[in-house]
Amino acid sequence: MNTLEDLKTAVINGKRKEVKAIMPDLLDSGFEPSAVLEQALIPAMSVVGERFKRNEIFVPEMLVAARAMKEAMAQLEPRLVAAGIKPQYTAVIGTVEGDLHDIGKNLVATMWKGTGFEVIDLGVNVSADAFLAAIDQHKPHLVGLSALLTTTMPAMKDTVAAIRNAGHTDLKILVGGAPITDSYAAEIGADGYSRDAASAVDAARKALAA
Amino acid sequence: MKFTKLAISNPVDLIYGNAPHPITTRHGMVIGGGTVYPELNFTLPDIDIRKESMPAIARHYKQIVTDALERAAELDVPAVMLEFETLPPMTEFPDLGMEVVDILLHGIEHARDKYGLRATLRCTPNDNREFVRPPVMRGGRYLDAMLELFDRSAAAGTEFLSIESVGGKEVHDDALVNGDLRAVMFALCVLGVRDMRFLWEHIVAIASKHGAYAAGDTACGFGNTAMVLAERKMIPRLFASVVRAITAVRSLVAYECGAVGPGKDCGYENPILKAITGCPMSMEGKTAACAHLSPMGNLAAATADLWSNESVQNIKLLGGMAPTCYMEQLVYDCRLMNCASGEGKESALTLRNWLVKSDAGHDPQALIISPESSVRIAESIVRSKSHYHAGIAAARTAITILREATEGGCLPSDPRETSWLQRMEDELDEMPDTEDEFIDEMLEEVDRTKFNPDEYFFGQPHA
Ligand code: B1M
Repeated sequence: MNTLEDLKTAVINGKRKEVKAIMPDLLDSGFEPSAVLEQALIPAMSVVGERFKRNEIFVPEMLVAARAMKEAMAQLEPRLVAAGIKPQYTAVIGTVEGDLHDIGKNLVATMWKGTGFEVIDLGVNVSADAFLAAIDQHKPHLVGLSALLTTTMPAMKDTVAAIRNAGHTDLKILVGGAPITDSYAAEIGADGYSRDAASAVDAARKALAA
Repeated sequence: MKFTKLAISNPVDLIYGNAPHPITTRHGMVIGGGTVYPELNFTLPDIDIRKESMPAIARHYKQIVTDALERAAELDVPAVMLEFETLPPMTEFPDLGMEVVDILLHGIEHARDKYGLRATLRCTPNDNREFVRPPVMRGGRYLDAMLELFDRSAAAGTEFLSIESVGGKEVHDDALVNGDLRAVMFALCVLGVRDMRFLWEHIVAIASKHGAYAAGDTACGFGNTAMVLAERKMIPRLFASVVRAITAVRSLVAYECGAVGPGKDCGYENPILKAITGCPMSMEGKTAACAHLSPMGNLAAATADLWSNESVQNIKLLGGMAPTCYMEQLVYDCRLMNCASGEGKESALTLRNWLVKSDAGHDPQALIISPESSVRIAESIVRSKSHYHAGIAAARTAITILREATEGGCLPSDPRETSWLQRMEDELDEMPDTEDEFIDEMLEEVDRTKFNPDEYFFGQPHA
């Protein structure tokens, strides 16, 4: 019989087929869906995230693990929904208007998914209005804004202002991207900043806990 | 393949300042004719680009061109290239871009009158076609606006037209982060090649209409994205270096369509293209540290005909505004190279070899564009029967070079990295014999939500 540890190991090693086979076995043998998530999948991705942070693995290896986790989630989600369990946090993320850079933002989204957040990725060139519409629709706990161009930093500032002006004063906003700094984040009224994808999880959790 | 033999087949002849097919500007600056000249590139500090902010933007560009050219003149530079790499709204709304073009051309003319400085302008509109997702490549307002800016800019007096085109990038981004060499090959050698043919026919036509030069493209969004990801330890450096070799196949298409150089500064694949085409190339390296880290700051200069700083914001430094300071640095870099070549081929080669040697052992990306490697990769490209086969050949040659270097102790050998050489070789072994088979396979594999095959003429005569 498979154990949560087997699932965790399979996810860490990015063994999608193995994960696919282990999941029904685990779920049918009475493991709580929440335990599968909290004791196997999230810890697996946190190991992967740590390895990546320590430069022990490259992004392709991390993404293989993320895909293995996705495989597990596809089987787990109906059970979580049936049990009335929702992800602890929902996040909306996007690259601000006028900016098409998305590799960094995608990595942040992957890391957030790996930590169990539900992530709605709005893509690139996202207007303040599109962020507001997504906030109304998904009621997120966290909004992530990415900007890579100095010339789209004003769009980031405007988006934060639009979110605040729409009355979402408590909604946590995390920002990042090569030209963004801690002090710029504070200046435009964001709740947090992270310099890379690996620390975006800690930064998000810190902002959410505040 | 249009180029079936090399313009430079002996690595000794692949050297800065000299190209078999030099270019002469309207005012007599000869690029690739023995002298390396600075190419200054600049950008704005954080500012919203809208019609309303244009007066402030205009002030920035006026200041940049006036001060930087004055510094060039003070330092006795006979000629310089300025590159206006537009910011996206300036291409989306060509009136905005043209306002800047006019300012720069006026500044150039003023410097010619005042100091006798032979300055000229390269204009590089943005390829905004990917603002629509999946990108619309063959029509639409983004393409129209981009071609309009090329046309109006050339009509106004811009002498060199360039672009950082994005055809295939919608597939390549994912290919990179997944370390997927097949998808890299599909993006660069199938999609990229087709899009380049489409785009460069237009650019060459516009250039010849106005007596301007269709200069060249760059695989910046491909090779440099890979390079940056590798420098950040996100993907293996060896993988990024092989990607670099393959990008040459894509960028080559501009020259096949009639571009004549100088190739765009951020195309680190340019030494390979110089060997194939004989066209002069702009390069950037240590003096572009203001823009991004590159692992070949010295080596990149070894084959440069123009020497660029890639991009710097117009902000104040102690020595003056940043573009002015960078002009000064470029001038001194060029002086050294020109001084060495002034003493004859042997001195020129001594300096070139130092530039190469000081970087090549530190990073595989540097090794791949060294004169020796460039000629080997170039040779494998011109011997191929199609761009698809050229991509495979370039990748194989790059892997061989990297294997020799890691096994021979010329490059550091980290098992986490070197295992990728075998992995890539295995992927190449699995590639089908024909491009058609490959396309069929990839159309099944690639995420269709991100990419529209119809934009690449599959099944049509143009393909
Ligand atoms: C929500 O919370 C968070 C938290 C953390 C967050 C976060 C959000 N978002 C990011 N982070 C952080 O975590 C991520 C992972 O660790 C990190 O993300 P990064 O994105 O920083 O890191 C990635 C993993 C790797 N890095 C990258 O992917 C960016 C690398 C560089 C080389 C770069 C690339 C690749 C590209 N580019 Co662009 N590009 C450059 C970049 C140079 C540089 N030094 O950054 C930069 C940003 N680009 C620049 C320019 C000028 C441009 N680019 C353009 C286009 C492109 C490509 C499309 C070719 C490509 C993007 C591919 C893609 N799909 O994203 C054009 C603009 C297009 C547009 N409208 O956006 C164009 C205007 C070029 C042109 N003439 O067309 C320069 C900006 C200059 C300026 N004024 O600001 C630039 C610094 C290059 C340069 N040296 O000149 C962190 O920042």
